[in-house]
Amino acid sequence: MSTAPIKQIHLAAHFPGVNNTTVWSDPAAGSHIDFDSFVHFARTAERAKLDFLFLAEGLRLREQGGKIYDLDVVGRPDTFTVLAALAAVTDRIGLTGTINSTFNEPYEVARQFASLDHLSEGRAAWNVVTSWDAFTGENFRRGGFLPRGDRYSRAREFLATANELFDSWDGSEIVADAGSGAFLRDARAGAFAHRGQHFDIEGRFNVPRSPQGRPVIFQAGDSEEGREFAAAGADAIFGRYGTLDEGRAFYTDVKGRLAKYGRTHDQLKILPAATFVLGDTDAEAHESAHEVRRLQVSGQTAIKYLEHVWNRDLSAYDPDGPLPAIDPEVGENTIALGRASVRQFRDPLETARQWRELARAKNLSIRELVIATTADQTFVGSAATIAESINELVQADAADGFILVPHITPGGLDVFADTVIPLLQEKGVFRTEYEGATLRDHLGLSVPVPDPARQPAP
Amino acid sequence: MSVSSSSPSSPSSPQPLHLAVSLDGAGRHPAAWREPGARPAELFTARYWAGVVAEAEAGLLDFVTFEDALALQSASPAGPDARTDQVRGRLDAVLTAARVAPLTRRIGLVPAVTATHTEPFHISKAIATLDHVSRGRAGLRILVSGLPHEARHFGRRSTPIPAGELYEEAADHVEVIRRLWDSWEDDAEIRDVATGRFVDRDKLHYIDFEGRHFSVRGPSITPRPPQGQPLVSALGDGVAAYDLIARSADVGYVAARDDDEARTAVAAIRRARESSGLAAHPLHLFGDLTVFLDEDAAAAEDRLDRLDTRAGHPYRDDTAVFTGTPRQLADLLQERRTAGLSGFRLRPGVIAHDLPAITRGLVPELQRRGVFRREYEADTLRGLLGLDRPAGRHAARPAA
Ligand SMILES: Cc1cc2nc3c(=O)[nH]c(=O)nc-3n(C[C@H](O)[C@H](O)[C@H](O)COP(=O)(O)O)c2cc1C
Repeated sequence: MSTAPIKQIHLAAHFPGVNNTTVWSDPAAGSHIDFDSFVHFARTAERAKLDFLFLAEGLRLREQGGKIYDLDVVGRPDTFTVLAALAAVTDRIGLTGTINSTFNEPYEVARQFASLDHLSEGRAAWNVVTSWDAFTGENFRRGGFLPRGDRYSRAREFLATANELFDSWDGSEIVADAGSGAFLRDARAGAFAHRGQHFDIEGRFNVPRSPQGRPVIFQAGDSEEGREFAAAGADAIFGRYGTLDEGRAFYTDVKGRLAKYGRTHDQLKILPAATFVLGDTDAEAHESAHEVRRLQVSGQTAIKYLEHVWNRDLSAYDPDGPLPAIDPEVGENTIALGRASVRQFRDPLETARQWRELARAKNLSIRELVIATTADQTFVGSAATIAESINELVQADAADGFILVPHITPGGLDVFADTVIPLLQEKGVFRTEYEGATLRDHLGLSVPVPDPARQPAP
Repeated sequence: MSVSSSSPSSPSSPQPLHLAVSLDGAGRHPAAWREPGARPAELFTARYWAGVVAEAEAGLLDFVTFEDALALQSASPAGPDARTDQVRGRLDAVLTAARVAPLTRRIGLVPAVTATHTEPFHISKAIATLDHVSRGRAGLRILVSGLPHEARHFGRRSTPIPAGELYEEAADHVEVIRRLWDSWEDDAEIRDVATGRFVDRDKLHYIDFEGRHFSVRGPSITPRPPQGQPLVSALGDGVAAYDLIARSADVGYVAARDDDEARTAVAAIRRARESSGLAAHPLHLFGDLTVFLDEDAAAAEDRLDRLDTRAGHPYRDDTAVFTGTPRQLADLLQERRTAGLSGFRLRPGVIAHDLPAITRGLVPELQRRGVFRREYEADTLRGLLGLDRPAGRHAARPAA
């Protein structure tokens, strides 16, 4: 007996879309709406044997200063519909959709995920997000939004209810015996009743148990409540921290929460978002990474970004000049609406102070400051360097793997698939073939078994 | 059965007929799943649906509708039943349609959607996306549900909801869907590197819909679909439904037991269309028929008898139930269309048997008579139905 088994890396791919990291002005950038783009991206990810592809969601076009935001990619397809169509052109890759728990109803979402799981033969996953705001709620009939403090209370109950619906069929009900005439073994298949603070529903769920039993559950969101929600019931976290120190701190924190829910260390995978820039040499990669950052953060974009923190109109400022001397407007952010990123600035005065200090120390303009403080590429270098970095981070328990976010649609994953993946395979830390058929198989997660003692409503 | 027309081509060549089929489980008859070839264990697989839709496309049909509901099937409208001898369970119709879209090229895909319990914002982008993934072949069939047990799956409305209110809400639902489809002008995405703008925000429009059941601000998150306005359809099985068709639909399905009923329904819908001020907008009315087809009429009746015996009761539907040969059905369709119908939506009694009987028996018969296409003549669903791609409602307006 010698070394401990090498940890296997989980890798997935985020379809680049509505985000200022997506560089739409590159001549190689294609459509983010045409189905061909999704097919290309999904097939590349599958060729690379990635665990799954990932779609983000936004339910209202972002606004800034009272106008629709026009500097970034705008527009995206409906998550369920595009994932179901992708199931037709792929065989193994997992299909993860971000679906909000505030602006939906459990019966409908549960049947969409159960249907997707059937139609993809066990490849469905649900990233449960909890955006709650009144701005987004203006698009929905439930008039819908929640006080911020209730977002995870509804999310928890939404997920619990959905699980009750998934478990309302145990998988043995359908006989379909033409000879005897028995279609169902159990006349009460799908019976459920849920009474709670947010949902009071009962009846019969109408999708039989799907191949994975339940879709794989993801959580994205970094608050204390978000971490608890993930520890209590998610299979994986789409995380924010792709560096060694932050990653390890997050990893330790979240995995440390599992025991109190009776769960083990490997029942929750930590998969941070990761961007990358590849080059033939490290030097070349760093040069193009710099160029990509300049494309991602134009002068206008930098000013808009600063407005997220200042919560004021800063359009009169010169992006190549110094940071504003005035202080941020504290309180409800009214300048930038519909942006998840706004919520990460919980203490704008402190953020402004730190940024001014940094800008003074390094003599940075507004644009340079934004470039310096916003998501730098996670991995920059030659294929060998990047393969090494990814492996190091995973072996050091800064993550269980990464969700790759290319900056070009849809071809941004191609080079990674062709150069980095083979190196990881050579190291023996990434699969060369899919071993199983379902996403649970890829992630090493077991199929949940409905409680046989579960008593549906009489 | 009326006598079949003997001349294959009349002097003035008749308008072509449009044909759709309604797909639900193993077929319309509750015992259909027990028939040979029905593959009841595969009803929840993509393979089954892909095969069925491929058959419909091989028959050059205009479109298929995917039936759906937000409740388990039941033999009783009062609530779930305790039967174990009928198909129970269904996959989501929009997802099923999306799953088969990349595997087909020409046929229209029209899933059922329940307006009563869904968000028009979600439905609008789902159907727009179905149109994107099918490259212009999407539609929807809008349904209402007044069933209390279905409402209890959502727990947010008290029942019963009066029929008038259900249909009025459905009309609002469709209005929101349509406005959202138009909320992006076709050329809103500009990718203007010089100014750094990805979209021209003047070509994105708030819809600001305020209705009794919901208000929706917009714009959609999904760009305008390839057809501009995917096909909206609804079943007319009563006056409230006629009104919905008249106000909101591109295609109405007319449930009628005979020519007279069909004529009456068509007249009522046309009148309502006129009083809605939409007379100038094309509206297809399709007759709905449940069909049991065999090469020999007696065989079709025997088959229905056998199915009825297995089900334990005679089959009834809200529309005409036809048993007979493809020739007899062709006669019936040609005669009934004179009630003002431009096509038919056939509900196969047994999909495994009656769908191929439609595509391989009825279709060639109609082709011989010169009333059905011999090849697909358009690559969008609107195109197949002779409907133009509408300009967006904001596009024609001069800049403000
Ligand atoms: C990596 C990551 C990805 C996210 N992706 C989405 C998304 O696609 N759609 C969305 O509405 N919210 C997204 N969110 C936002 C969270 O769901 C959001 O922050 C949540 O409303 C609040 O959770 P929190 O307060 O725990 O952060 C994402 C968050 C993180 C960290």
